[in-house]
Amino acid sequence: MDFSAILSQFPDLYTLAGQFFVGMSRAMILFVVAAGLTVVMGVLRIVNFTHGTFYMLGAFIAFSVAQWLGGSSGFWLALLIAPLIVAALSFVVESTLMRRIYDQPRLMQLLLTYALVLAFNDLIKIVWGVHYKSMANPIPGSISLGGATLPSYNLILLAAGPLVALGLWFFMSRTMMGKLCRATATDREMVDALGINSKQVFASVFVLGCYLAGLGGTLIAPTTNIVIGMGMGIIINAILVVVVGGLGNVWGALVVSFIFGIGESFGVLFAPRFALVFPFLIAATLLMIRPSGLMKSVW
Amino acid sequence: MSTLFARFTEAKKILLLLLILAALLVMFFIPTFLSKYSVYLLTVILFTALLATSLNISLGYGGMLPLHQAVFFGVGAYAAALLLNKSPLPPWLSFLAAPLVAAGVALVIGTVCVRLRGLYFGMMTLAMGQLVWAIVYRWYEFTGGDDGIHGIAVPQVLRSIPAAYYTALIVFSVCLLIIYIILNSPFGIALQAVRDNHQRCESIGINIRHHQLIAFVLAGFFSGVAGVLFVILERSVSPSLLFWTKSAELLIMVLLGGMFTFLGPTFGAAVIIVLGVFLGVITEYWLLVLGTVLVLLILFLPQGVLGFVKEKISSSAPERKGVDKYAQG
Repeated sequence: MDFSAILSQFPDLYTLAGQFFVGMSRAMILFVVAAGLTVVMGVLRIVNFTHGTFYMLGAFIAFSVAQWLGGSSGFWLALLIAPLIVAALSFVVESTLMRRIYDQPRLMQLLLTYALVLAFNDLIKIVWGVHYKSMANPIPGSISLGGATLPSYNLILLAAGPLVALGLWFFMSRTMMGKLCRATATDREMVDALGINSKQVFASVFVLGCYLAGLGGTLIAPTTNIVIGMGMGIIINAILVVVVGGLGNVWGALVVSFIFGIGESFGVLFAPRFALVFPFLIAATLLMIRPSGLMKSVW
Repeated sequence: MSTLFARFTEAKKILLLLLILAALLVMFFIPTFLSKYSVYLLTVILFTALLATSLNISLGYGGMLPLHQAVFFGVGAYAAALLLNKSPLPPWLSFLAAPLVAAGVALVIGTVCVRLRGLYFGMMTLAMGQLVWAIVYRWYEFTGGDDGIHGIAVPQVLRSIPAAYYTALIVFSVCLLIIYIILNSPFGIALQAVRDNHQRCESIGINIRHHQLIAFVLAGFFSGVAGVLFVILERSVSPSLLFWTKSAELLIMVLLGGMFTFLGPTFGAAVIIVLGVFLGVITEYWLLVLGTVLVLLILFLPQGVLGFVKEKISSSAPERKGVDKYAQG
């Protein structure tokens, strides 16, 4: 074999580092969205396709908030407000629709959330129109990281993932509400028997999950075209992250998001056109090896 | 035929046969008095109904959760397209081979999936299905990538809408008859028993995975047949045929019609397609209407329209028992 030919095709270290950070930034967005979904799926035990829609809503609302405020400070306020608006919307959805189907067969739950995806897609079309939107980058320019150049904004994304993971860990293991969430996930009847309103716990978990979806959408808004249907792509990846990582396991979601991110960014280098394939390939392989997820599932 | 309709009484049997014959007769003469567009629409309904019925083999009768059935439809369509355009095979052989390719893909995906249960089964079908979609979407040299394939070399005789319609009508009728026979054969009964009670079936020596895999592959095969009908009608394919939302649409059709009835999926497919066309004329936002209707349907009529009718007609409704069991699993 001619090794030099292979070596010459091998990308240099800077390209590798650059790809690594770009992949990680994407992985962090995926993680923020998947973390919300894993909490919802872990506690409420529903597969929520609408999660992708809340992600998309986050991006559209962030766009509008930033436009309304104008200037470079617009994005930072959007970062604060947009996920909260999404959370408020999700509260309405939970209290009118979701809570009626917790005891329904799984297929019905899937279809209800999918029906909401269809309805919301059109509602967004009515409010924002069919044309794509794009937002100004709040931190233009690029920085050098490990010899690789990287858009400065990606630093925000890289920081967001660990922050969300730590926040969720603190919430779940150190606060009363988090403990209630875990208790409800384990044994809902017992929680009810102890005089705690598990309906409220369910509602809070759903709202928390959707807040994170909205946050993910807000974070990605400045880096991409905001289009109707952007939720359709990410939701499958997020669901796979959740299932492969272990349902309800935030750390599992973090690990699998990393794996997806690395797989995709290095996949780009070796088979550029098939980068899209890698997350599904990884998910199918991992599910084959460990059918119930990499880490302990609460189901 | 006597064993085929064993569940019905003598009078009901005759009535049913007459009804089917009358329906086929009407269907046969339709191109003479309906507009070209209506015939086109009916062809779409026919292959979509076959597709939805094939999904129901594994979903309603097999008790599995195949979240990505459209993949086999897409694979069948792409296989037909590629065989017609790139292989020296005669067209009729391409048409026969394409569903077999779909069944082959179903065998691979099914082998992996039947090891899993419930939601994990569904997730695996989703992952594998999207994998196939992503490959088709990006493999420009072979599948045409996101452009798809246009101008497929369908034989000249089939290149008119009435011809496509008659092909679809004949294939649809034959396939539904075959599916009906399979589902009422000892294999089909055992399959439904597996759906209703895993443990008991295992203890009396039914190989659960074996039965489910066969059902899954059969479903894949008939979805592939629907894909071939699609190619004959449209003469073009695109990766959107394999995207997961297409599968979700199918699930909606099956749910709307009622997934524990044989003709439910056909009914559901017809309703959704007709609804799409008519609402699409009235409003740009017909998916909003569809979504709202679905939400109401799930909240108030979860057994589907035909399931609801059936329940009203027969008070005993033996199949419902299995439904409740499956619903909890």
